[in-house]
Amino acid sequence: MSSLRLATSSANRATCRVLKSSVRPTFLSASTLLSTFQTLSSIKPTSASAPISRSVRSYSTANDVKLTSESYPNLERNKDFAKLSDADIEAFKQILGGNASGVITNSDDLLFFNEDWMRKYKGQSQLCLKPKTTEQVSQILKYCNDHKLAVVPQGGNTGLVGGSIPVFDEIVLSLSNMNSVRSFDNVSGILKVDAGVVLETADMYLAEQGFIFPLDLGAKGSCHVGGNVATNAGGLRLLRFGSLHGSVLGLEVVLPDGTIVNSMDALRKDNTGYDLKQLFIGSEGTLGIITGVSILCPARPKAVNIAFLGVESYEAVQETFKKAKNELSEILSAFEFMDRSSQVLAAHMIKQSHPLAQDEEPDSTGVSQPPEYPFYVLIETSGSNKDHDDAKLESFLENVMEDGTVSDGTVSQDESQLRTLWRWREGIAEASNQFGGVYKYDVSLPLPVLYELVEAVKVRLAEHDLISFDDASKPVVDAVGYGHVGDGNLHLNVSVRGYNKDVEKVLEPFVYEWIQEHKGSISAEHGLGFQKKNYVGYTKSDVEIKLIKDLKKHYDPNGIMNPYKYI
Amino acid sequence: MSSKIKILVPVKRVIDAALKPRINKAQTGVESKGVKFSINPFDDIAVEEAIKIRKANKKLVDSIHAVSIGPTKAQDVLRIALAKGADTSSLVNVGEANVEPLAVSKILQKLQAKHESNLIIMGKQAIDDDSNQTGQLLAGLLGWSQATNASKVTVNEDLTVEVEREIDGGVETIKSKLPLIITTDLRLNEPKFVTLPKMMKAKKKPLEVLKADDLGVDIENRLEVLKIEEPPARKAGVKVENVDQLVQKLKELKAI
Repeated sequence: MSSLRLATSSANRATCRVLKSSVRPTFLSASTLLSTFQTLSSIKPTSASAPISRSVRSYSTANDVKLTSESYPNLERNKDFAKLSDADIEAFKQILGGNASGVITNSDDLLFFNEDWMRKYKGQSQLCLKPKTTEQVSQILKYCNDHKLAVVPQGGNTGLVGGSIPVFDEIVLSLSNMNSVRSFDNVSGILKVDAGVVLETADMYLAEQGFIFPLDLGAKGSCHVGGNVATNAGGLRLLRFGSLHGSVLGLEVVLPDGTIVNSMDALRKDNTGYDLKQLFIGSEGTLGIITGVSILCPARPKAVNIAFLGVESYEAVQETFKKAKNELSEILSAFEFMDRSSQVLAAHMIKQSHPLAQDEEPDSTGVSQPPEYPFYVLIETSGSNKDHDDAKLESFLENVMEDGTVSDGTVSQDESQLRTLWRWREGIAEASNQFGGVYKYDVSLPLPVLYELVEAVKVRLAEHDLISFDDASKPVVDAVGYGHVGDGNLHLNVSVRGYNKDVEKVLEPFVYEWIQEHKGSISAEHGLGFQKKNYVGYTKSDVEIKLIKDLKKHYDPNGIMNPYKYI
Repeated sequence: MSSKIKILVPVKRVIDAALKPRINKAQTGVESKGVKFSINPFDDIAVEEAIKIRKANKKLVDSIHAVSIGPTKAQDVLRIALAKGADTSSLVNVGEANVEPLAVSKILQKLQAKHESNLIIMGKQAIDDDSNQTGQLLAGLLGWSQATNASKVTVNEDLTVEVEREIDGGVETIKSKLPLIITTDLRLNEPKFVTLPKMMKAKKKPLEVLKADDLGVDIENRLEVLKIEEPPARKAGVKVENVDQLVQKLKELKAI
C-alpha cells in the first residue's frame, strides 16, 4: 500500500519541509506519534534535532550557497567583536557541563546552522552551542557579553528574511535542546513550554487535551515556538485567533548580560506596570533570548471544513471575503487567496491533479495544469458543531455560486482531502523555491490595491526582459502572489533559477517604494532580519526608528545580540 | 442478461481514515461520538472507477446505482457517490447496528436481484473492520466470477473485463465475462474532488430508504466481540554513548 508522507510530521528536519507529492492516505494520523509520548515533560519533538552531518539538502536545487559576506561585499564585520578562541570554546564546554553534543565546531555539522531555509544566505560561524537549561543560556550570554562575542539565537531556522543565521562568525545559540512542555492547565488553557518546542509538537500535545495552538503556519513541522514569538509570526489563523501579542501571557527571557527575566506565571489579566513581554515579541533576538513561553490556547474546534474556490477576478476575491465574513462570521477561521500562477508552480511540485481540475490529465512528467480561473480562494471554517457549520457553509456556497461571485469550488469531504487542499496553499512557498531560488516579499497593503503590486512587478520584470517560464536563459521563472488576504497580507514570490544581482536591483527598491507610495508595510509578518534591515524607513518614521534604537542601545550596549540585522 | 452494463456500487460510512480511532470506555468498540465520518477510501475508489468505466464506454453502461448499509447519516456518503456521478442510490437503514460481512453480502445479493446489476464494484475492505470478506462472500452467494484487489480495470467492447491484480509475485491479469464482482485496491485510481455544481445537483438525485426486513435479510450478529484494546505502547528507545555501552546493554538484555 503506498503511503502518504504527511507533510508536517516526519522523522527528520530535511523531509519536514519538503511537501512530497502524496498519493494515498495512511490510516494513522500524525497524532499517532503521540502514543509514544509517555509523560508531560518528556515530549521529544521528532523534528527538532536536525541530522547534523547531512550534506544533502532537498529544498532547492542550488548546490552551493554563496557567503552572505561575499554577496554583500560592502558589509563590514564589526571590529569591536572579539574573535572566537580556544579558551572561549573551553569555557563554553565547562558551562554546558561536558556535554560534547552541545558544542559543535565541525564545519560540516555547522552547515545547517550557517545556512537559511531558502539557501539564500550563509554565515561563517565556527561554533554552535545547544544549551539544555535557561541557566546555561544565561551563563553563555553573560560570558559572550563580557568578552564581546556576537551571538545569533536560533530556533528552527525557518525564517524567511535571513534573521536566524550568522552573517560573519557570530556564535549560533540553538534552542533545539530546550524542548520540553513545562505544564498545561486544561481549565484556563494556559500552556507553558520551553522555547525550543517545535510548533507542531505543541499543537499535537494540545490536540490530545482538546485544545489548539493559536498559531499555524507552513513551517510548523520545524519551527520553534520561541522563534515564532521572537518574530511575532502571523500565520494562517491570525484571522481567528489574533496575533501573538495578544495570546502570549508571559515569557522567560535571558538578557544580553545574562539576567533572566521571568514572567512565565503571568495570568490572563495583569495591569501592573509596562507590559515588558511585548518588547521581546517580535524583537527577532536583538534584545535577548526567549527561553520559555506561556501562551493561552483556545478550545480545539470539533468541526473543520475547507472550501476551495475558483473566481474570475481579484474583485471577486474581495467580494467573496465580504460575503464570507457576513454569512460565515464566527466560524470563519482562515481566508487565503492564490493567483493562478502560484497554482501552476505548486502543480510542478505536487504532481497531482489540481483540486478543481475535472478532466485535465497530467503530462509525461506528472505535472497537470490547474483550471483557468485567474484566482483561487481557500476558506476554512472551524466550530464546535459540525451540522451547524455544514449548514452555514452550504448555504454560503450556494449563494455565491448562484449570484456568480464564485465560478467553481469544492469542499473537503474528509480529513485527507482537507490536508490536500491546504497543501495547495501551504506548498506555494516551497514550490516557488524549486527552480533555484526565490525573492520573497511579505507585505501589507490596503485590500483594494493588494494585487496590483504583483501586476506591477510582472510588468517591470518584463520591461527588463528578465522573466520567462519556458526560456531557461531568463533568470526569473514567474512572479506569483498569494496570502492571507483576510489580514491584508500579500506574499509576492519571484521564483528564479538562481539568485541574481540584476534581478535584485530591478526588484529593490522598486517594491519598497511602491509599498511606501500605497502606505503599506514592507514586512507584514516575516520580520526584518537581514533582508529588510535597511528598508524600515519605508514604513516607520524617523521618530519611531530612534525610539527603537534607543531601546536596543539600552538593553544591548555591546550590540552582541544578532548584529547586522533588524534596524 | 441484458447487453448493457448495470453497475452496483456499495459504499460504507466509516470513521475518517486519517483520524486515530479511540476505544470506548466499555472496551467493546471504537468511540464514535463526536468523531468525523466519511466514505471508506476503497469505496471512494470504487465509485470513481464506475464513473471512469462509464466515461470510457458510454454506449455500454446503462446505469450506476450506489447503496449503503448503515445509519441514517450514511446518506451523506450516498450524496457524495451521487455527486461523483452515480444515477440513483439506496440506503438500507440498520440504525447503529454493526452488520457483519455475511449479512452485508446477503443484503447486496437481494439488491442485485432488484436492480439486475451485472457488475458490482466495491472496496476490497472497510478500514474499520478490515475484513476483506464481503466481495468474496457475495461472489459465492451469487455464483459469480470475482476479481479482487484490482489495480487496473479495462472493459472491452464484447463486455468482457480485464482486471490486473497486485499479488505477492507481481501483477496478475485475469479476464472475465459478466456478471462480475470487482473489489478495488488503492492503486486503481485517484478519486477526484467533487465540485460544487455537482454537489448541488446530487441533492435532486433519487435516494430511497429501505430496511433489512424489507429485503428479508436477518442482520443479527453471529459473532460476539469480547474485548477491544489498544496495542501495547511502544517503549522509548535507549541511546548509548559509544560501542562499549552498546555491548554492555546487549549483554544486560541477554541478547548476546
